Amino acid sequence: MKKPELLVTPTCVEDISPLIEAGATAIMIGEETFGLRLAGEFNRQAVEQSTAIAHEKGAKIYVAMNALFHNESLPLLPDYIQFLDRVGVDAIVFGDPAVLMNVKEHAPNMKLHWNTETTATNWYTANYWGRKGSTRAVLARELNMDAIVEIKEEAEVEIEVQVHGMTCMFQSKRMLVGNYMAFQGKDLKVQGRSKDKSLILHDPERDAKYPIWEDKNGTHIMSPKDMCIIDELEEMLDAGVDAFKIDGIQKDLPYIKKMTELYRQAIDLYLINPSDYEEKKEYFLAEVKKAQPSNRGLDTGFFFKETVY
Amino acid sequence: MEQQSVTSTIKGKRVITKKPELLAPAGNLEKLKVAVHYGADAVFIGGRDFGLRSNADNFSTEEMAEGVAFAAKYGSHIYVTTNIFAHNENMDGLGEYLQDLERVGVKGIIVADPLIIETCKQVAPKLEVHLSTQQSLSNWQAINFWKQEGLDRVVLAREVGLEEMLEMKRNVDIEIETFIHGAMCISYSGRCVLSNHMTARDSNRGGCCQSCRWDYFLYEETNTSSNQETALFDQEDAPFAMSPKDLNLIEAIPKLVEAGIDSLKVEGRMKSIHYVATVVSVYRKVIDAYCADPDHFEIDPEWLRELAKCANRPTAPAFFENTPGHEEQMFRTHSQKTTFDFAGVVLGYDEETKIVTLQQRNHFRPGDRIEFFGPEIENYMQVVGEIWDEDGKELDAARHPLQIVRFKVEKPVNPDNMMRKEVQS
Repeated sequence: MKKPELLVTPTCVEDISPLIEAGATAIMIGEETFGLRLAGEFNRQAVEQSTAIAHEKGAKIYVAMNALFHNESLPLLPDYIQFLDRVGVDAIVFGDPAVLMNVKEHAPNMKLHWNTETTATNWYTANYWGRKGSTRAVLARELNMDAIVEIKEEAEVEIEVQVHGMTCMFQSKRMLVGNYMAFQGKDLKVQGRSKDKSLILHDPERDAKYPIWEDKNGTHIMSPKDMCIIDELEEMLDAGVDAFKIDGIQKDLPYIKKMTELYRQAIDLYLINPSDYEEKKEYFLAEVKKAQPSNRGLDTGFFFKETVY
Repeated sequence: MEQQSVTSTIKGKRVITKKPELLAPAGNLEKLKVAVHYGADAVFIGGRDFGLRSNADNFSTEEMAEGVAFAAKYGSHIYVTTNIFAHNENMDGLGEYLQDLERVGVKGIIVADPLIIETCKQVAPKLEVHLSTQQSLSNWQAINFWKQEGLDRVVLAREVGLEEMLEMKRNVDIEIETFIHGAMCISYSGRCVLSNHMTARDSNRGGCCQSCRWDYFLYEETNTSSNQETALFDQEDAPFAMSPKDLNLIEAIPKLVEAGIDSLKVEGRMKSIHYVATVVSVYRKVIDAYCADPDHFEIDPEWLRELAKCANRPTAPAFFENTPGHEEQMFRTHSQKTTFDFAGVVLGYDEETKIVTLQQRNHFRPGDRIEFFGPEIENYMQVVGEIWDEDGKELDAARHPLQIVRFKVEKPVNPDNMMRKEVQS
């Protein structure tokens, strides 16, 4: 059986070595100007260092350029793409066709991963972006297991699926928190994400709490729970899904490292002996629960949920 | 790239030679006919499948054919929204559906998913393909990509301002459609799954339950093991809501026309015929007046008052000039009391007896102040006198929906004119 990639997002350069040692085989990084909702901010120097570290340790490195770009950002794209090409990153993650066109022109050998998050919902469209030059599709988190497996069966490109962590529910270009504060006449400096404090929205109706923050790309609202399917990996491993992603956003190194180790063990165990995995999956889930921050519950995302419309 | 001029000078007077399309929404056949009759150059509608308003009535193929034929009499066109992001399970029947649209004479489809774009090119090549705002198209290079893919028109993201539109027009020769009026997503369209998370309804397949308009409460939380929370609002403060004011670009129409924007779109397939009639007739007047004599154009305050008569919320120009601040958003007032209610549709008028025959659409009674309006008449207000039913029996009120009633109206009105009544707020 094929061994899938285990893709992890670090918070800083120093995280990369320990994460690869914990079992990550690919790392995704980037900076806010080009990428959305990253676990850490990696400037050009950090990208160079990260690439060197990852490659030395035999892991792939991907850089996020999946923002929604307005005209004013277009002049920045060629130089950044050429920089990434020079540094030798393994792929650029994109959503906006402007990035695809610039990569074709300025770095024609660079690999492209299509990731619009919410809109990658069927295999035809995954293959469409494949024909336009991307080698991988990152699936929407709103798909269920059956849909994921069917997409993998029909896909002519690699398929990446997030298996763990927080997911994005909403992105606005408006500065909603700042606007709210200004409207109330409150003098609160709206800060981006910080290590010490976070902003959350309470939803009394559903008894849920949603992380919310602002950055250059607008306002982001995130899922109230962390998705975790460490005990439900069989179908996707059988189907040959190419990459499993653990999103480290809003988490620290010890947590991300622990998750990386656990998923590494779980995947390896299943590939060697499915019945051993079967026996040990309760243990894996229990270990995840132990590491989980008290204010973040776990769920299985949309893997086993039916949505109506 | 050379930009096509939108004006020319005739006998020393500048006129607009490239008039933008006024594109109106219609949730059913009646609304479609109203939109066309009140001046829409084109109407967008939804079919039974593949569109994003699963709660709207939506059109059967036969109704679409009737709509196309009705619109053709006025020289208007019909576009069909097929702008879901499809899941594997939604692929069945797509080809046949698109062929049906082509067969009944629909001019084009509004699409977000490349699956539907490509299928349309293969099986229904006569249909124009317009990229939906669901793709949140925000830069000219992405527009260029879709032009190379063979699309006929792109609908811009709601986050695009005038300067950006001008740059897009300078750089890419493709039809551009932009929203000018109505309710909007506060998120980038297509990039919101609040509804999926909160109610298991898929927003990108037409199930959106507008969770963004609900109330939330903002807290700051310390990232320690105790996770202490501090409320960022006081007792008397409004809750946190993401609801934007509705878009209203009536005063920006001159700039949009001069920019050469090809289609000006009004949102609202779920809205009433009163809304469609009011908004379409006002924008029809603004566009016509500007194009006829751009150098002496002024906004008539009456147009603004007229638009306010059907407003559901306060309005703002959103991203047109700048990223909107709190003034362009709404937090405290969740709905603005409309000053008028839609009350009836004129079926006929007897010039000799001065008696109107009207289909009731809302309660009204003798003594109510009412206003008639229509594409070919001046607005006319009067007080309702005696009301009779079809058999001439006097009524104390017109209280039954769709009831046919008669009463005296001093000025002539025409079939399909509408009547609204003033409400005390």
